[in-house]
This record gives sequence, C-alpha cells and structure tokens, in this order.
Amino acid sequence: MSTPAAYDDVVLTTPVTIPYVHHSIKSAHWFLGRAVAGLLAAAKIPKARIDGLAVASFTLGPDTAVGLTQHLGLTVRWLDHVPMGGASGIVSIRRAARAVQSGDAVIVACIAGDTNHTDSFRRNTSAFSQFSQDAVYPYGSGGPNASFAFLTAYYMRIYGARREDFGKLCVAQRNNALKNPHALFKKPLTLEQYLDARLVADPLRLFDCVMPCAGAEGFLVMRRATAETLGLRFARLRGAIERHNAYPDDPIQYRGGWAMDRDVLYEQAGVGPQDIDFIETYDDYPVINVLQLEGRGFCHDWEKTAFIRAKTFETNGSFPFNTSGGQLSVGQAGAAGGHLGIVEAIRQLTGETDGARVPNARHGLVSGFGMINYDRGVCSGAVILSAA
Amino acid sequence: MTQPAKRPKRKNPILRTRQPTLPPSVRSRVALGLTAAAARGRLALQVCLDCGAVQYPPQDACRACLSHRLVWRTQDGRGELLTETVLRNAQELYFRERLPWRVGIVRLDAGANAVAYIHAGVSAAPCRVRVEAALDRAGQAALVAVPEYGRPTLSDDPKLREMSCDPRMRKVLVTDGKSALGQAVARALAAAGADLIWIGEAEPWKKDLGLEALRKLPQTAIVSLDVTDGRSVRELAGEIGGKIDIVVNTADFHRTFSIASRRGVETAQQEMDVNYFGLLRLAQEFAPALSGRAADGASSAIAWVNVLSIFALSNYPAHGTYSASKAAAFSLSQALRAELRPSGIRVINLFPGPIDDEWDQLERPPKLSPAAVATAVVEALKGSVEDVYPGDVAQDWLARHLDNPKALERELGQGGQ
Amino acid sequence: MKATKKSQPKRSTGKLAAKRNGDLRAILSSVVASGSVWLIDLTQTLSPNFPTIVLPPEMGQARPFRMEEVSRYDDRGPGWYWNNVSFGEHTGTHFDAPIHWISGRDRPNNSVDTLPVEHFIAPACVVDCSSEAKADADFLLTVEHLKAWEKRHGRFPVDAWVLMRTDWSKRTDPVAYQNLDDTGQHTPGPDPDCVRFLVRERDVLGFGTETIGTDAGQAAHFKPPYPCHYYMHGAGKYGLQCLCNLDRLPATGALIVAAPLKILEGSGSPLRVFALVPKG
Repeated sequence: MSTPAAYDDVVLTTPVTIPYVHHSIKSAHWFLGRAVAGLLAAAKIPKARIDGLAVASFTLGPDTAVGLTQHLGLTVRWLDHVPMGGASGIVSIRRAARAVQSGDAVIVACIAGDTNHTDSFRRNTSAFSQFSQDAVYPYGSGGPNASFAFLTAYYMRIYGARREDFGKLCVAQRNNALKNPHALFKKPLTLEQYLDARLVADPLRLFDCVMPCAGAEGFLVMRRATAETLGLRFARLRGAIERHNAYPDDPIQYRGGWAMDRDVLYEQAGVGPQDIDFIETYDDYPVINVLQLEGRGFCHDWEKTAFIRAKTFETNGSFPFNTSGGQLSVGQAGAAGGHLGIVEAIRQLTGETDGARVPNARHGLVSGFGMINYDRGVCSGAVILSAA
Repeated sequence: MTQPAKRPKRKNPILRTRQPTLPPSVRSRVALGLTAAAARGRLALQVCLDCGAVQYPPQDACRACLSHRLVWRTQDGRGELLTETVLRNAQELYFRERLPWRVGIVRLDAGANAVAYIHAGVSAAPCRVRVEAALDRAGQAALVAVPEYGRPTLSDDPKLREMSCDPRMRKVLVTDGKSALGQAVARALAAAGADLIWIGEAEPWKKDLGLEALRKLPQTAIVSLDVTDGRSVRELAGEIGGKIDIVVNTADFHRTFSIASRRGVETAQQEMDVNYFGLLRLAQEFAPALSGRAADGASSAIAWVNVLSIFALSNYPAHGTYSASKAAAFSLSQALRAELRPSGIRVINLFPGPIDDEWDQLERPPKLSPAAVATAVVEALKGSVEDVYPGDVAQDWLARHLDNPKALERELGQGGQ
Repeated sequence: MKATKKSQPKRSTGKLAAKRNGDLRAILSSVVASGSVWLIDLTQTLSPNFPTIVLPPEMGQARPFRMEEVSRYDDRGPGWYWNNVSFGEHTGTHFDAPIHWISGRDRPNNSVDTLPVEHFIAPACVVDCSSEAKADADFLLTVEHLKAWEKRHGRFPVDAWVLMRTDWSKRTDPVAYQNLDDTGQHTPGPDPDCVRFLVRERDVLGFGTETIGTDAGQAAHFKPPYPCHYYMHGAGKYGLQCLCNLDRLPATGALIVAAPLKILEGSGSPLRVFALVPKG
C-alpha cells in the first residue's frame, strides 16, 4: 500500500471546550453554538471567515450539520456531518485537512457536542443502529456497558489482563484530571476504590464506565500561513489514518482498525512510536485503551499487560497518557468524546494547557474509536500532531 | 443454577398489582424473519444462495458477496460461547425490574456472531452451546443459548421462565369441555401440573360421559359457559376472570357442508356464532382481565390459546362454511394478539389437521387424536411459540401454503390433497 | 275445520261509538278491579338459559334465545337502553301454526300471519296429569284419561284449547326440564289415539303443554311419529308449548289469550300467553 499524500502545512488551532455538565435542559444546538462562538473569540475572526464546517453530535436530531448552518447563520462552501461517534474528531481532521490543502476551504471549524437530558442516553442507545435495535438492545438493554463488558471479559481471559492493570490506567487518568478544572470528577481515585466499586456489567464496575454528560469541543483546521497571519498558535498535522469495519472475521474485537494502518501513520508523519511524547486515547472503557496502545505499536500483542505494569501514565510519568483525564475522568459529552483528546493534544503542543503539562511535548498521538454497530466498534482513526 | 419454579405464596391483596412492561419491541422488517421462524419454534437465519454465507444480524445484502439472494433456513444453532457478562444496570424498565441478566456472544458454527441470553444451565465461557429462538414478552424472537446437549426448558431458568407459558401451578379456563378435544386438553393440563382447570359447559341438559369423568379430577371445576350467549360469557368473566392465567378456547362448532350441500345459512350461522363470535365474546370479556394480571408475580396471566384448524389457512371446500368460520376466527385472533401485545399476553394458535372425531369421520387418515392435539397445546404452552401446526396433514398443508398458496387452493378445490 | 271468514267489527260513529268503546274498557276494568276475574301469566321468561328443543346434530337446529345489547346509557347510546334479540320461531313459550308440520302445509290460513284473529282468545280446558307425570316422566295422556275428565267437567267444547297440566314447568333446572338420557328425551305428552280423539271427535282449537313439545319426549318412536303435531296441524289446529302456571287454572272456565307474532309465512312464534280466570 503506497503512503497517502503528506499533510504539508495543515495545522490545528484554538482548542475550545464548553464546560461539561452532568445534565442540561439545553439543546445540542446551544452547546455547538457556544463552541462556534468560542472558536470565533479565540481566533478573533468574524463568523464569515469560517467557510468550512464539520459537525459531530448524537443529539442534534432531527437536524444535521445542514440545519446547524442555518441555525448559526454560517454560509460555508464545505460541509460535513460526521456520524462516527468517538472517531468523528479524527475523521473531521482528515476531511478538513484535504479541504484546506486543496483550497476547497480556508478555515474549517471542527466541532462536536451533545446535550444530556435525563432520558438522552436511553433514547440514543435504543435507536443506535439497525443491528443494535434488532440483535443487541432487546437482550438486556445494557447499552455500551454490555458491549464493553463482553470485550473486557474476553480480553482478560485471553490475554491474562487483570483488573489491577485496567485500574492502574484509570487511577493515573484520574490523577491527571485532578489538575483539569473542567473535569467533572474532582476526587482522587485509589486502586482499592476502583477494584471494590459496585458491579455494572461483570466484570465492569463503576469506574470502568464513562459518564455521559453535556458539553462541546471544537478547534479550527487551516493552513499554517493562515494561522500565522491571524497570529494563532498551532499544532502541525503530521499523519492521519482511519479504518472502518476492520478485521470483520475476528470473533471478538481484540484488535482495532489502527493496527491495519499503523505503519502508514508513522510513515506519513515521519516519526516512530518512540518519538511520541504523549498519547490521548479514546477511553470510554479501560479495555479500549489497551487495544489502542497495542494498535499504535507501543507494545506488542504479547506484552500488553507487561507494558501497562511497567509504565507510569501520569503527565509526568514514563508514558503520559490521557493527560486531561480522559473521558473516564472528565466525562463524555456524547460525540465530543472523540474531540476531547484532540483538543487536549493541541493544548499540550501549543503550551496552553488548562491542567498539567507534559514536559517537552513535541509529538503527540490522538486516537479515536466509536460506533458499536453490533458486536464491535466499527470506526477507528488516529492522528499524529507535532508542536510548531 | 437451574431451578424448577417453586409454588408462589398467596398474593397480598393490599399491594398494588404490578403493571406489565415489555422488552424493546422494535425490529426492522428483515429482522422479523427471525420472529416468524421463532413463532413456529425454529431458529432460522439468512443464508446466501450465491456464496452460502450465513448472516446475522438479519440484513438485506450478503455481507460476504453482496448478493441480495438471501433465504431463511433453519439452523441447529450450535456454537461456542465466547464471552459473557451479567448486566446489573439496565435502562429499560422491563430489564430493570428483572436484574441481573446473563447475556453473551455466541460464535455460531454456521459462521456468525449472536448476542444471546444465556440459560442458567450453561457453564462459564468458553463452552459449547446451542442457540434456540424463543419469543420474548414483546412477542419478538429472542436468542437463548442453552447447553449443547440436553434439553433444558425455559421454565428451569427463573429469568427465562417468562418466555414460556408453562401451565404448571397456573389456573386455566378450557372454554368447552363437551367435546373429546376439550376433555383431552383438560386432562393434559392436569397432567402438566395446572392448579385449577375450569371447564366450560354449555347446554347442560346434553350429558357427556367424558365431561362427567372429568368432574372426578381434583383440579377441575365445571362452570356454565355458552360462548354463543354474551350474558353467559360476561357472568363467568365476572366470577373468575380475575383469576385466570391461561384461556384455552376449545369451543368449536364443526359441520361438514359446502355452499351448495346445505340450503340456508342456519348451520353456517351456528358455525360463525361459536367459532368466530364465540371468540369475540370471550376476548371482549376475558382479555381485559388477563391483561391486568400479566405481571402479577410468578403465577401471572400469560397466554390465550385458540384451537383453530388447518382449514383456516386455506378453505377446505367439503367443509367450506366451517373453514370460513375458522378463517374468521384466525383473523380475529391476529387482532387479539395485537391488542394483548402491550401486556405481553401471548396468543397461541393451533392449526390441527382433521381430528379423529365425528365430524371428520369421513376424512381419510392420517387424523389426529384429541389427545395428540391436547399434547400439542401443552407443549406449545411450555415452549415459546405462537403458531403450531400439529400433525402430518397440518405440516403438509402449511408447506404447500408457504410454497404457493394458490396451488394449494387448487389442490383443495379439486378434492385432492 | 271449516274456514272461518274474517269478521269485521261493526263500526259505530260519533257519540254512540265513544260510549260503546268507553263502555267496553270500563266494563273490563271494573271486572278486573272488582277481583272477579284474575289475570294469570302462563309465559316463561325469554332468557338465554331457557332450553330449546334438541334435534340430531345433522338437522338444522332451533336457535336459542339470545340478546345482544345495543346500548345501555353509554357511548353506544347515551340516553337509552335496547337490545337486539334473536330466537327461533319455536323458542321459549311459543305457538305452533299448522304450516309448521308437513301435514298442515296445504291448509288454508295456516301461517301465523294468516291465522284468524278470533282464535287468539279462546276457552281452555285444563287436564291435570301432574301426579302421573311426577311418577312417570314418559307418561302418556290417553282417551281414557280424557273421558274420565269429561265425566267430571263435561264435554270438551269445540274450538277450545286443551292444556295438559304436568307441573313440568316447575322443573326450573334446565337439565331436569329437558330430561335427556342416551335414549333421548323423557317428557310426558299425548298418545296418538288421544290426539286423534281431540281432533276428530271434539274439534278442539289446539293442544298446549308445559313441556318443550306438544308431543311426548319419545314421540319420534310413535306411530305416526309426533302424532300431536301430525294430527293437530294436519287438521289446521294449533299448539302451545313451554306454558307455566297451569296449576293456577281451573279445569274449565278460563279464557286464554294467545296471539303469536305476525311473521311473514311464520310457522310459529314466541308469545305472551295469559289467562282470564273467573273467580269462584
């Protein structure tokens, strides 16, 4: 497979987070509107300068990105609605990058956001996909808890992962979150608390499960020259991959799509795993972190658990990981869960973190994952970003 | 652990009766193919005619070769339980009320993954299992993984018990005990462990020795019930409606006339009055009472059984007006099924071929004994089915009807079988 | 029986008519009010529980009485209550017209809509067979019984009803009322000679019983079968069945009012039958 074209001078700027709240009576339109307003303020540009828009949301219905353009009064020449759950952020970057590279658009806003009414989660999961409606939801309506419980149980059995291994990742992420003023979880988490928490779907317990909330994230994609003209700090896009419905014959999803295109990612970026200074994984459940670590090539198949046991994952650790706390400690604002890591990576690479900083961060990797259509997550993707 | 149902305590009359809830009932059209097969007690999956790949979940194009030529084929359901979980949290009321639930993913030998309920008799994953298709309380297909060998029943698992309508420890109304069929049904229900069997009797001045013999069984109670008399139906419903768990409608008026072989409509009116209007009267009076108790603990109201006839599927001209009355009852039973669906009460229809009684005297064998039909009734209640075609003739006519209903119409119309 | 021409009541006009009509009502009212005449209802209530005649299943069956409520001060009809009813012509307390039997099918004025209205009020002779019927469900009334009755009460008048009192109507349990076993029905009735006597020798109006048929329960086996139906209707005479309260009637002297529904070519109908009985 030949390497796709490089990303030249595509950059990401102005990370914006609309604070997460557990429940909200507002609509997704409200949160996304705040995100766009935030981007305009951060970039100090008028609304008319935004000529491209990529949107991800689970609760925008019956609207899509189309409705949002009229709702927010945006006239764009490039528009994309990205329904790929936690992979939407990565995919938005890939689409927007090619758009600005080719000149189809100059400044693309990539936004994601969701509201969370008391009934939102049930409504979203009960009508998530045809396969889920027909063949999963009627069996206990466990939602993603059930799907990830299947995966976690299988993974633990086949690879010998223990709950302590997952717990180590969760505890480290929580420590990272304690320095993040936006994180919904404010208290430290000990391994004992993690291990003894109440069961949700065996073997998953309370702290294995992400908490849905309302909120939004956003950033801008443009060419370097545009960012410099506007006087904006930026992170450079070095490589980006996506893969959907990877390894369909694997009986259980024990590896994600990243493994198929990992080499392309590093080749495109011109860096290797050893050059990555921090990683932001999509972490709605701890087990998916491990799949991403393996899929990124940070550890081989047989040494996953050894890897976890050996490394430390705090911002100042040997392997800085989910440096803002990840979704498990910050919260999952619906589709914005996949943008959370991108926004944090931009902050780390531009030196404008809200929380703790990874020292000498030059290259960061963000991965996305999402859409458990039936029995596995269908969408995956990853980007490598570098400091200016 | 599997455990047979224990006798429940007497209900505390001060407590509010629990209202019925249902598991999620929405399915795409193509997924209803699974329900259609489950209604007849089978697991069927789509198979691609071009490349042979088995599809699950149900879909509209072969996931391997994109062919649209997918057909439903019965499967044995064997496979490996790869992974499982126990749900302790659920968003839907139905599941919340019944936590925890054991579910898992089975890799079918046929080559697809199936999310399924795990029967309590199955060991921990990984292990070999067999997947069956049952009907859940919403009337949709539900896959259940049971041990590969052995035949555990749904009743043995407290979680899955509700998918069957086991008459054990339940109270049943058999609407007509004057026929050999009604008596056989009552006897079969008693043998299956029903606590109380009310047996309806119309025209008490016409004695029936079979019915007299049933009086001696301790579980039976003969009650006055004439399905052609609205007041009779209403009065009995007022008396015992609130206690009935299962209705088995055995009332049947069978004469052997075609259109030309009997002048006047008097006989046909009687056929309709018993077979169709009788069902309507029973449904109007008893269905509400059953609905109200559909979630009433372990001995809840659970099922409505109609003994129809294979003639309901396609008219048998020699018994032409009778066939039409059974077809009318069949159609009405579909309405009853829809009306009872919100409460989860299952409507089970049996379509037996000719029964070995006086009205099918001139039908050549194979004929079903009343006891065989009664066995089919009890098996249907213990299983998880909706449409039952007992006996060789019924199976034969069903196959012909599904293959080409017009051809069956011609075959029956020429007096051939 | 010779054809009776329909007689027209004489029409009076003006004040005289008013006086006559007023007189007739006044007379009747005063007679009833004075207590010198009793009105006795001889009719069973038409209800779904009342048994109907049982025929072999291959035959067409008489429909039992059924009621379907149309509305009862509810959304089907807020201010009113009514039913649709259905029944056979021979359901409950009912009248048999000559056209009901094959032997009477060619008689003139033989259906309920063509019967002479004068016949709807007629004297009744009540033959008490209650103790005999109590002892023997298959009791048959014979000519000897009739002759014995005439010795005491006088000759049966022409065009009078002969009512066979058996107290069978007191069997309120339908099972006992039908009294069926595997050899058929066992209820009392007239034997063939008795019927022939009443038809040919006494020219009665018709025969009435408390049982479900004017014929005895086992009459299918008589010669001819169902002799009461056969001879009575064959001679243009009538039947009344499922009567009650015959035990309150005198042997003679009662006047029966029995007017069947005017059904087009009807063979009979349920009806209200009552008696006017002079006191003393």
